[in-house]
Amino acid sequence: MRWFRNKDTLYGFLVLLPSLVLLGVFVYGFILQTFWTSLTDWGRDPTQALSANPRINFVGFENYRELFTGFVDARFRQDLVNTFFFTLFFILGCLGLGLSLAIALDRGPRGEGFFRTVFLFPMSLSFIVTGTIWRWMLQPEGGVNQLPTLVGLPKGEFAWLTSREQIWRFSWNDLPFFTGLVVGLVLLLIAAAAFRAGEGKRGWVASVSAGLLLLWSFTFGRTLKPLPYDELHGFNLAFIGIILAAVWQMSGYTMALYLAGLRGIPEELREAARVDGATEWQLYRHVILPMLAPITLSAMIILGHISLKIFDLVFAMAGADNAPTDVPALLMYLTTFRANQIAKGAAIGMVLLLMVALVIVPYLYRQLKSEVRR
Amino acid sequence: MIGRALQYMVLLLVTLFFLLPVYLVVVTAFKEPSAISLSTTWQLPERWYWESFVQAWNAFLPKLQNSFFLTVTATLLSAVLGSLNGYVLAKWRFPGANVVFPLMLFGMFIPYQAVLIPLFQFVREIGLGGSLWGLILVHVVYGLPITTLIFRNYYAEIPDELVEAARIDGAGFFGIYRRIVLPLSLPGFVVVVIWQFTQIWNEFLFAVTLVSSPANQPITVALAQLAGGEAVKWNLPMAGALLAALPTLLVYIFLGRYFIRGLLAGSVKG
Repeated sequence: MRWFRNKDTLYGFLVLLPSLVLLGVFVYGFILQTFWTSLTDWGRDPTQALSANPRINFVGFENYRELFTGFVDARFRQDLVNTFFFTLFFILGCLGLGLSLAIALDRGPRGEGFFRTVFLFPMSLSFIVTGTIWRWMLQPEGGVNQLPTLVGLPKGEFAWLTSREQIWRFSWNDLPFFTGLVVGLVLLLIAAAAFRAGEGKRGWVASVSAGLLLLWSFTFGRTLKPLPYDELHGFNLAFIGIILAAVWQMSGYTMALYLAGLRGIPEELREAARVDGATEWQLYRHVILPMLAPITLSAMIILGHISLKIFDLVFAMAGADNAPTDVPALLMYLTTFRANQIAKGAAIGMVLLLMVALVIVPYLYRQLKSEVRR
Repeated sequence: MIGRALQYMVLLLVTLFFLLPVYLVVVTAFKEPSAISLSTTWQLPERWYWESFVQAWNAFLPKLQNSFFLTVTATLLSAVLGSLNGYVLAKWRFPGANVVFPLMLFGMFIPYQAVLIPLFQFVREIGLGGSLWGLILVHVVYGLPITTLIFRNYYAEIPDELVEAARIDGAGFFGIYRRIVLPLSLPGFVVVVIWQFTQIWNEFLFAVTLVSSPANQPITVALAQLAGGEAVKWNLPMAGALLAALPTLLVYIFLGRYFIRGLLAGSVKG
């Protein structure tokens, strides 16, 4: 009783308790259980996979080792590469289109309400509906490929979802080097920004870690070879169609975010910049866009975690078995529920969770910290 | 002047990009199966043919009923729980609430693949495997973070003085909820109900893994199966897609303002 200010606070806690217990079990309990499962060999022996009392052995991180360096799991590694490129272009597309639309709408066009409704309606649809529609749009012999014929041009030849082409190929063995290089360069940029903002300590920490990381990349990163042979991965062009459909569905969301941000910028600020002789271009470049930077960050994180988890859209558009458009979320489903490789599926689920947590946890932390300060 | 022209050009081009798929769906759904060919995809139907909708309706009616039952039940339950939770977190902060709340919120971002295997077993063990009630339970639990978040932010706007005054008048925890907070909650409920309705109606991963028997399938699973079959003529999936999209689309068209509020609330601070 001493813990609570009064009886009513205790009631409050008791009202919240069932939800806390449910989420504790369904989120954290189940995550722990999945993690435990991922450390076993459940499903490796097909006769044991579906038995009522399967014989399960502890194998440590063997499943993870296989996923990243094992011969049979090359598909998982290509899926990670797919997710990387999908996330990159999906975010760029949504941010670019969303910002352009928000600016165009903020400048008060006629029929603003109509345009806004059109750009946002796909948000209310299921990914399954979107996927079904775009599957039909992207039939190689019809749909989008037939559009040029309407104005007398030859028909498009791209195979869309059935394309087997792959570009920007690299060896999986180069991945440690490239990862170190990219993260190192990003850290250098952060350091530069910190120094410019006068935060010397943060700048030094960032530049020292960047230096160490780059040093590691050029020395050990080169010699660290996860695979004994070169395994090539790259960007599957079949994903272009999926990116297109995903941008169609989600760019209305970034538009709504940016529009809310633009509406929040006081008119006096724009007036002041105009009085000072800024052109419209300079007004956007130096006044408005910098003020939208926090929104861009939020949007990147929300979109990023959606794209890491993308499942239904790919399932509906390309089917679960179309290898060139596979993603880890889909592979987890297939591995667990079709192939009954339960432990391997659990490991894929944990890798997904780790990727999403890396994006979401710092974001939640920052959001809630700034809220407390307010 | 150039700016104006550019502005309208962007808007019109993007409108075209957004509406082309809609045109194609409608046109295909109204064509006779024999009239659908890849090279004439974009042409209007020569004869408007309603039969596909009748067929899709007959095939999908039980699935639509499943989806309605599932969505309405889970939405209402998670809204009521979210309202109570939000009230506690906004007005009766107990020690440790600052730690508990972010832990709750994390639950709405996780990839459900990371809990799917134990979840599948759990639902089966408590005897709800393959039934709609199992799915309802799952949607209520994983809906708690977002409904709690939206209500918490909404109730934070109710002045603490109002709660304080009611306490001086002798009202307790439940009295304040019933007489002060609940009567002010209607807009909050509208936002939460619309958001949850859309989310649960559109959901696919839980539906495809937890519901095994075709009789209990929600509409998204049925549509994915229909469209995934290669032999099918495209008029039927297109008519089915329209039927599956209609409820959430109507909600969006008539209550769009609240839909957008839910959308923005999803980015935590709103």
